[in-house]
Amino acid sequence: MRIEAALKERILPVAAVALFVLAAWYAGALWLNAPQAQEALARTGKAWGTADLIAQAFAMKRPVLPTPDQVVADLWASLTGYTPTSPRNLLFHAGVTAQAALAGLAMGVVLGVALAAGIVYVRTLEYSLLPWIIASQTIPILAIAPMIVVILGNAGLTGLLPKAVICMYLCFFPITVGMVKGLRAADPLWLDLMRTYSAGGLATFLKLRIPASLPFLFASLKVSVAISVVGAIVGELPAGAQAGLGARLLSGSYYGQTVQIWSALVMASLLSVALIAVVRLAEVAVLRHGGAR
Amino acid sequence: MSDPYRTSLRTSADWGLVTLALLAVAALTQPVGARDGAALAWTGDIMAPMFLMGTALAVVAGRTAPSKVKGAWVELGGAALAWLLPFYLLGEGVDLSRGWGLWLYLTAATLMLWRVLGILSAVPGLSRRVVVPGLFGLGLLLGWEVLVRGFAIPSILLPAPGAIVASLAANAPVLWDDFRQTVLTSVLRGYLLGCGAGFAVAILADRVPFLARGLLPLGNLASAVPVIGIAPIMVMWFGFDWQSKAAVVVVMTFFPMLVNTLAGLHTAERIQLDLMRSYAAGYWTTLWKLRLPNALPFLFNGLKINSTLALIGAIVAEFFGTPIVGMGFRISTEVARMNLDIVWATIVVAAVTGSVFYGGLALLERATTAWHPSMRRR
Repeated sequence: MRIEAALKERILPVAAVALFVLAAWYAGALWLNAPQAQEALARTGKAWGTADLIAQAFAMKRPVLPTPDQVVADLWASLTGYTPTSPRNLLFHAGVTAQAALAGLAMGVVLGVALAAGIVYVRTLEYSLLPWIIASQTIPILAIAPMIVVILGNAGLTGLLPKAVICMYLCFFPITVGMVKGLRAADPLWLDLMRTYSAGGLATFLKLRIPASLPFLFASLKVSVAISVVGAIVGELPAGAQAGLGARLLSGSYYGQTVQIWSALVMASLLSVALIAVVRLAEVAVLRHGGAR
Repeated sequence: MSDPYRTSLRTSADWGLVTLALLAVAALTQPVGARDGAALAWTGDIMAPMFLMGTALAVVAGRTAPSKVKGAWVELGGAALAWLLPFYLLGEGVDLSRGWGLWLYLTAATLMLWRVLGILSAVPGLSRRVVVPGLFGLGLLLGWEVLVRGFAIPSILLPAPGAIVASLAANAPVLWDDFRQTVLTSVLRGYLLGCGAGFAVAILADRVPFLARGLLPLGNLASAVPVIGIAPIMVMWFGFDWQSKAAVVVVMTFFPMLVNTLAGLHTAERIQLDLMRSYAAGYWTTLWKLRLPNALPFLFNGLKINSTLALIGAIVAEFFGTPIVGMGFRISTEVARMNLDIVWATIVVAAVTGSVFYGGLALLERATTAWHPSMRRR
């Protein structure tokens, strides 16, 4: 019964929408690629019919819109045809992007938790800094990411760090906001209990406030890790970046390699979803260990 | 973290003030800067001791003020005076990079500002909500300006705020053209289209629950996926002009609006819906008079998230190709030509645009949802 209900409630609608998207994709590919395909067929000089046109539109080398099977084939060829350390393997580029994203996330977590602790413990910081932290997020920082890369490059910092700094700037905000809530989430009763143990400020912070804030931290982490990947990709856009999913997007756009753009895009989505899944697993493991629900 | 159980005698020793005084004394022993290669002592310039005395007077006056808050305002005057000294010295052509006395003095002034902020943020009301963050921001800007100019940091790394404002004024016509192209054309059209489409599909999905159940996982997936990556594809499809940027904005804003609208439409409570039923209100009347007003906080949440996303989408899409105008184009080309002051001016325009966009929506939200429980206790 439960399986049947799940089928009806969840799987069926999702499958229907996914099927619709796929059908629309193929139709769109046919419609967008048809003019090019017609030209290509006319150049061969032979007579051609509708079936030829469809086959041609779905198998262009540089289509306006590649079909899903072309993207999957390209992705598969790249993932299995080369060693993971080869620049022709998308795993290599995903690894470069993931490194920057995770380094930035780690820096963002440190900065975010430190700021949140400061805001929770120091009232002056709460009223002077918190409004600016919130205002900082209305600035389209992602848009100036390439400039940060160039400026840090002028200062002698290249490679991973500039990208990680961008990711850090994007990541710290959800973590600060979540942890301000989380560090204040300790039950007053528990705080009183800590008092009866004669626990000092540091012990209360480490043994009560931090564990009590973990659910909030993980909720923020899930948001942060997704935007961290976006930050890393945009940080790879400035010309000169050789590796990374952003560099693949840019070179694909320069040379009109649409299939390459799409497979980089799919790879980026997979990376992002995988990282969120890792965070979710860590959340389950840590919170179960801590005895929280 | 006051301790209600501890009783202690409040002595009048103000350790913060003692630290300040010690810093000031230490500052006196060091030069304020260098002029023509020779170190310049505090006594080597007529005006410099005046600033020091002014600050000291302000501290004394602050201690004798009738209330702590009034004293804080007087101390603030002293701190402000201290921060004026480096500008005066820069005007006199003094090299500040080796003036350790000056920097110690400024450290003391910063600590003083911190004390003032601490006192002001203990007072609820307007001063805490507006004056404290305002002073903090102003302090940051002043510190930035003084450090950059004092240590002569090359403008390629970081221009001073004053230089950015000057460039803002000098390049106003160019920046206005960029603003018109990026914000008024691409962002606004894409934003209206994307939010409108998200809203319309959400209403449709609300009528057809099957569609909602299929679309929601897709919407959640879209929030996890770097949607910005479609920018090169859109530029390829729709060309270099505003259409491609608007298309990116539409795709980026569609799902947040859809998800938020759907969530908002489900906030109406059973009992409220039953009341509408007892009035014999149909679907559309219920939607218009009950469910949409109830969903307003969620709608505004989506609109606010999208305001930032839309700006980002349009500017990043411009990195992939534009006509020779637009904020993204300006940033990418001027960075390559190392004209960083124009880039910073563009960033200021983008930041102000983003804040005004967001702030305007927040004001509109307050005006239209003042009755909503989420707005209470503000």
